Amino acid sequence: MKRRTRTPTYGMMAEFDNPTDVVAAATRAYEAGYRRLDAYSPYPIEELSEAIGVHSTKMPMIVLIGGIIGGIAGYLLQFYTHVIDYPLNVGGKPLHSWPAFIPITFECTVLGAALSAVFGMLALNGLPEPYHPVFNTPNFALASRDRFFLLIQANDPKFDPAETRTFLQSLGAREVNDVEH
Amino acid sequence: MSRVDNPHDDVAIHTTPVVIEPGHTFGSVTDKISTIVLRKRTPIGWWIGFALSFMVFGILQGTIVWLLLNGIGIWGNNQPVGWSFDIINFVWWIGIGHAGTLISAILLLLRQGWRTSINRFAEAMTLFAVACAGLFPLLHTGRPWLAYWMFPYPNTMGMWPQFRSPLMWDVFAVSTYATVSALFWYTGLIPDLATLRDRARSRLGRVIYGMAALGWRGSARHWARYEATYLLLAGLSTPLVLSVHTIVSFDFAVGIVPGWHATIFPPYFVAGAIYAGFAMVLTLVIPLRKLYGLEDFITQRHLRNSAKVMLATGLIVAYGYMMETWTAWYSANTYEEFMIRNRFFGPYAFYYWALMVCNVIVPQLLWIRRVRHSTLALFAIAMFVNVGMWLERFVIIPISLHRDFLPSSWGMYSPTIFDFSMFFGTIGLFFFLMFLFLRFLPVISIFEMRTLVPEAEIKEDKTA
Repeated sequence: MKRRTRTPTYGMMAEFDNPTDVVAAATRAYEAGYRRLDAYSPYPIEELSEAIGVHSTKMPMIVLIGGIIGGIAGYLLQFYTHVIDYPLNVGGKPLHSWPAFIPITFECTVLGAALSAVFGMLALNGLPEPYHPVFNTPNFALASRDRFFLLIQANDPKFDPAETRTFLQSLGAREVNDVEH
Repeated sequence: MSRVDNPHDDVAIHTTPVVIEPGHTFGSVTDKISTIVLRKRTPIGWWIGFALSFMVFGILQGTIVWLLLNGIGIWGNNQPVGWSFDIINFVWWIGIGHAGTLISAILLLLRQGWRTSINRFAEAMTLFAVACAGLFPLLHTGRPWLAYWMFPYPNTMGMWPQFRSPLMWDVFAVSTYATVSALFWYTGLIPDLATLRDRARSRLGRVIYGMAALGWRGSARHWARYEATYLLLAGLSTPLVLSVHTIVSFDFAVGIVPGWHATIFPPYFVAGAIYAGFAMVLTLVIPLRKLYGLEDFITQRHLRNSAKVMLATGLIVAYGYMMETWTAWYSANTYEEFMIRNRFFGPYAFYYWALMVCNVIVPQLLWIRRVRHSTLALFAIAMFVNVGMWLERFVIIPISLHRDFLPSSWGMYSPTIFDFSMFFGTIGLFFFLMFLFLRFLPVISIFEMRTLVPEAEIKEDKTA
């Protein structure tokens, strides 16, 4: 990730105590023109990701490519072994006995797809990440229990400490706090 | 599959028992499940169970040491029965593992909401069952320190594995299955590990759970990718689990031994695996929900639905037994006919009929609503199925091998004490891992439970 221009704080966080409010707030913030925003919830809320402008992910494509690579590699491994490097005549059967190669090709496809799914997801999410500024937010430990948070980053072009604070407060937040770097 | 969840199931009030008892909130769900892990005092029952399973695990360790010192001659396998407890137990354990994947993946794709409170547990069961299963083929190689020869790597011997052999397919299927199950399980755990990190009171707990949670912070952008990944993994695991047991059945079906060489094996093995797995789920979940007071989350509905899946797969298995017999007659093949006669009336006939009682007759009680609604009866039937599925593999493996084509090469098989100590030892290992899991990781997926709470509903009029 590119080094962001240094801002006095990382951003401003509004805290909500139910999913409906945070989805409403995220929708309003996006409509108000904020783009560098993120929301935090203790479980996946599809409406929330939609509200901050995440409509699709790259995951299916990554998994498809991973699966194809796994499958081709698995087949080629068997082809190379049995036809090129170590041809072994078993009962006069053809060396390139492709039906017998299918089970391992299939397993390698699944393995490639599953590995690329998990590691692709972690990589795109930037995990593992030992330190992140949002953990400086008061009460943020509750984001993994029963609180919902909406963050507007300080490097958002529309961000203004006073104005953004008023805006977030108008959304019915329990609390609005600055997030230190 | 949606019929499994028939809403008109209850005798008394014609409503389905809920998947989560009313009155729960995000907070109460989180606290109830995470407290099992985070409380300081370990319940005495846990210590007793842990100590017992550790002792039985010790038997396994002792057996393995003796096995490595003496070789597999300490087992009862010998010509003509070259495969016996080692492969029976391998197939038995692998089969048990399959229900975990079924619950976590297939039921997720079919949008069966009731799976949520048992999927984590069932996935753990899968992982530990696969660990137990893997020990058997590894150790029956005789020289397990050379087991890496099974993997294709360029070596100084200039040799490659024989990829046309079902045994190699098995290596790939089982190792892929173990890897994907572990990935699926860990991916599901990440958000819950973050919850534990945020709620742990001890510094050690925060550090360890914090590292394991990888810095998860519940960002909506992350959740979107996470959900996509989770669904994709479920979509991948579904054909995988079917392929794994199909390939396990190829270990037999591709051979020419009468009793093995049958095209019905793949579907019949897969159904048997799910059957055995649900029996094991019930065996574990019934005491667990009682001991940990989780009746609010693992409700009667879960038990009944599991019972129905067991009944359905049990019928498929019974059909498999019927077809084996029918094929033997219809083929008009002397060896096939003899194989069935030998099962019915041969020296091991007792085990065949015991299998019929355990796997075919007793589970028919599940047709009766009152039986499905009785926790005790379900537990008892599940035990019968656990035993029955083990006997099924006994019938297939040693009974087929001990009398094949030539009467001059017939022989009898009897297991030794080391066969039994290995088998029971792996049960110890399984429970040992299970108890560690119960103490250190959330046994129910907390974040998925939150989605079931009424609060989780987004009120449309307010967002609009």
